[in-house]
Amino acid sequence: MGHHRYFPHTDADIARMLGRCGVDSLDALYADVDSALRLKKPYDIPGPMSEPALDRYFDSFAAQNKKLTCFAGAGFYHHYTPALIPALMSRSEFLTAYTPYQPEISQGTLQYIFEYQSMMADLTGLDVSNASMYDGATASAEAMVMAVNSVRKKRRVLVSATVAPAVQQVMRTYAEAAGITLEVIPEDNGVTDSTAFTEMLGAGDVAAVMVAQPNYYGIVENIDDWADKCHQHKALLIMNCHASTLGILKSPGEWGADIACGEAQSLGMPLNYGGPYLGYLCCREAFMRKLPGRVVGATTDREGRRSFVLTLQAREQHIRRQKATSNICSNQGIMTLHAAIYMALMGAEGLEKVNRLSAAAAHSLAEKLESTGKMKLKYPGTTWLNEFAMEIIAEGITADRIIEECASHSILAGVKLTDDSILIAATEMCTPEDIDRYVSIINEMKP
Amino acid sequence: MNKTLYSPLIFELSHKGRHGYSLPDYDYGSEPDIPANLKREKAPTLPEIDEPSVVRHYTNSSNNNFGVDTGFYPLGSCTMKYNPKVNEAMVARASVADLHPMQPAATVQGALRIYRTLERYLSEIGGMAEFTLNPFAGAHGEYTGLMVIRAYHMSRADEARRKVIVPDSAHGTNPASAAMAGFDIVEVKSLPDGTVDIDDLRTKLGPDIAAMMMTNPNTVGMFEKGIPQIADMVHEAGALMYYDGANLNPMLGIARPGDMGFDVMHINLHKTFSTPHGGGGPGAGPVGVRSGLEQFLPVPRVIEKADGMLDIEFGHDAFGRVSAWLGNFTVYIKALSYILTLGADGLMKVGKLATLNANYIMESLKDLYELPIAGPCKHEFVFDGLRDKSNGVTTMHVAKSLLDYGFHAPTIYFPLLFHESLMIEPTETESVDTLDSFIDVMRNIARDAAENPDKVKGAPYSTPISHPDEDEAALNPILTYTRLCAQPTS
Amino acid sequence: MEKIYYLPTHEYIKVDGNNGYIGISEYASKQLGTVTYVDVPEDGDEFEAGEEFGAIESRKAASDLFAPVDCEVTEVNFALEGDPKLINKNPLEAWIIKVIIKNPAQLDDLMDEKAYAEYCLTDNH
Repeated sequence: MGHHRYFPHTDADIARMLGRCGVDSLDALYADVDSALRLKKPYDIPGPMSEPALDRYFDSFAAQNKKLTCFAGAGFYHHYTPALIPALMSRSEFLTAYTPYQPEISQGTLQYIFEYQSMMADLTGLDVSNASMYDGATASAEAMVMAVNSVRKKRRVLVSATVAPAVQQVMRTYAEAAGITLEVIPEDNGVTDSTAFTEMLGAGDVAAVMVAQPNYYGIVENIDDWADKCHQHKALLIMNCHASTLGILKSPGEWGADIACGEAQSLGMPLNYGGPYLGYLCCREAFMRKLPGRVVGATTDREGRRSFVLTLQAREQHIRRQKATSNICSNQGIMTLHAAIYMALMGAEGLEKVNRLSAAAAHSLAEKLESTGKMKLKYPGTTWLNEFAMEIIAEGITADRIIEECASHSILAGVKLTDDSILIAATEMCTPEDIDRYVSIINEMKP
Repeated sequence: MNKTLYSPLIFELSHKGRHGYSLPDYDYGSEPDIPANLKREKAPTLPEIDEPSVVRHYTNSSNNNFGVDTGFYPLGSCTMKYNPKVNEAMVARASVADLHPMQPAATVQGALRIYRTLERYLSEIGGMAEFTLNPFAGAHGEYTGLMVIRAYHMSRADEARRKVIVPDSAHGTNPASAAMAGFDIVEVKSLPDGTVDIDDLRTKLGPDIAAMMMTNPNTVGMFEKGIPQIADMVHEAGALMYYDGANLNPMLGIARPGDMGFDVMHINLHKTFSTPHGGGGPGAGPVGVRSGLEQFLPVPRVIEKADGMLDIEFGHDAFGRVSAWLGNFTVYIKALSYILTLGADGLMKVGKLATLNANYIMESLKDLYELPIAGPCKHEFVFDGLRDKSNGVTTMHVAKSLLDYGFHAPTIYFPLLFHESLMIEPTETESVDTLDSFIDVMRNIARDAAENPDKVKGAPYSTPISHPDEDEAALNPILTYTRLCAQPTS
Repeated sequence: MEKIYYLPTHEYIKVDGNNGYIGISEYASKQLGTVTYVDVPEDGDEFEAGEEFGAIESRKAASDLFAPVDCEVTEVNFALEGDPKLINKNPLEAWIIKVIIKNPAQLDDLMDEKAYAEYCLTDNH
């Protein structure tokens, strides 16, 4: 019987070890597992595969994936990933460590999480950040639960209809189980209906309000006095923002929000067909002890050296069990390192530039698509950065047809909103030639 | 790893005027106007730093860290096995980096096939009908599984089932996840041997119970022999059995949760299936269900159409969505790579070798460390501190001492069944040489505890930092660099 | 002379006429270790006997705080916000909330000092 390269045990090792254990076979260690429960035959799984065989196997999947020039967004953007990020992330001292339970031998992890928290708090204009959440949708759901836990005896939360549908759906899942009433503030011409917002807030019992910035349609909403209005009703304002756009847009802190949450994938994380991404969650200091998940804090060791530790753990499930602020006992780990390195490399200047480039690309594309006469901006007159909704006005052309036709030319045209509207995004990864290619496909489409 | 702390923060390496980004200078012929009232007033104070300095900073910082690749990591219940490098290579090979999650299904058949293939293999290993891979982590899997159970009872208009039974030895996430899913918790006692007290369980079952959550082997590393009887009792009471897959590793090649009577389970791909923990994530917590519960799994779901093409489905009876898309996708590639590298033949050996390693350590140390529950154990076991506690050397001291010898500490003060829990899980990828040196060190520490207790109590001595003041960290939380700079210097 | 009563969950209430001062016992403060945070209600909040009114945390533990009697909060001890360790120094002086006792008859259901001392001897709560 050959041994696998992942198992160091030789037959002699096994014999010696069994001797120490006082049994004569490996099976004897499982004498307590009733034979009726035991596997009757090996798993129906192929392999073992050698490395060359494995290469060929995964190549066969690659051949069935089609890389498209990406004009889709809807919360996930194709920005550039600096080459040194994957190189540093693959350092196994970082990659193969567990949650930093032993601070003495985990300063590497703790330090980059502290850096990430610092940068994220800065970017959102709020006081504190946790060590990250799984993704933007779960971060939003946790933000909702956290807000309800932060105010007394109110369990109604309002979410704007312009928050991404997938995010709303995850929030709905969490809300229903937690006994939170989640109500949708309707949209009016692409933005949150402010009259409805005021009325629903005025109806009382609202613990928190969540708005998106930019919203699902890419529009930057003007929510000038919303924080004040929320606070007058003792409700918290939660803002859901794509992290990258905070490099240029007014921050949640500047809007007066209490909690900021959302997806940080736009900080140069590869699309990777949906993950891993990174959810962020920041808040004002007043709510710090209601933050779910891991938090890293600074302290000193016995020789006075600056040190970092997991802190505020009394909120967590190994102490609070069912009364914990959340069941989350990890974070998105190495993805916070990605975010920290990205923000360090870009700096404020780079982040602003990436937003300007992306917005310029998107505005150029929108103008050229309008000039085909087949589409027009669905929400003209609004402010938007790198994403916009287009209404299809040409007879006989649908969103599905555009997406299909473009895909056949290796372009991802966008995300379908309705049969005759499509959500389109651009980033610095789209060249002017890519834009012209997209436009010429539309030009050539027949009814 | 470092013995001397590398301590600067990236902010302290910043110099005005430096930058580390590389952006194109395309002229799109269009520059949008953003009204001033929608723009940031204050730019973020991110570092200004060049690329080589960033590389040095994180490389040096990584040397303050200890990973599985650095040394033995016997962290109980965490299954810190070797993370194969070929798994990482396969992520690049599969060409998914540039795939947008909302791309047409026809253009991502390879990615969907990876999802589907892993889903099928996990179903085979778990003895389940179908899995969703979407949950992001073990705790998220627990939550998802409980939501499946909730949806099942609701579909039968059996809404009185508002409670979940959890053993007192359970992982802390079990009750926390059940609470998030809207359930109240009923705790069932453990017998002195650490297994579930079936008589106590009997008194707690009733029409208000939705499920029983268990991990098997349990958190003291004992196989729950009563499992068929427990499953029958729970099912007779109309409730479902939930399997916490945190301890699945020793069952590989031995028995399947589905065959033990479990209805719903999760698997931690970052434990049993070797994907790296990444200092906390990304993980993956796929959830499997037995036949008859598939329709309650969350959306989106990957389905196979009649023509053999794969598609994504959002419909019908599912309780909803727990993730925006299909979860931490690249983690699935790594797990699939691991499964195929081992093949059925290798997978059949994992459990036995993990169990052999655990028993070998246990037998080699039980004369010096208190073994409250006699073996044989499975993948892990728990010591209740040193046998000779007369010098006041605690589990914390032992754990910190191990760091000086180049080992990670075991899980400590869990499970809560004992005061001085020291929970050791070696996994199957450690050689007997490593185990022998760990055993020698543990024996040295026990000897020092008897002869020179202050030495043990003062450990660690050779780590980058020692004895950080955690009380102060909680009392006066400093969570950002801004706050750190605002501290009065002493 | 103030009288003091205890709950099995280790909260005390010192009674001064209609007023009560609620905190945690010396025994509980020792069990908890260094107190790092106290989560308190607001003035005017009302609680029923047995209802949760706040929580107390150390680094290693956290406990909910329960109201011993029906009461309304009239004052919160803000000194604890800056220095929660006051509870470790002198738990009986470092009360957490001051309340108006709405139903003094409920005090009879609580343990007096002597009963509580005996209770702690047998405690593994």
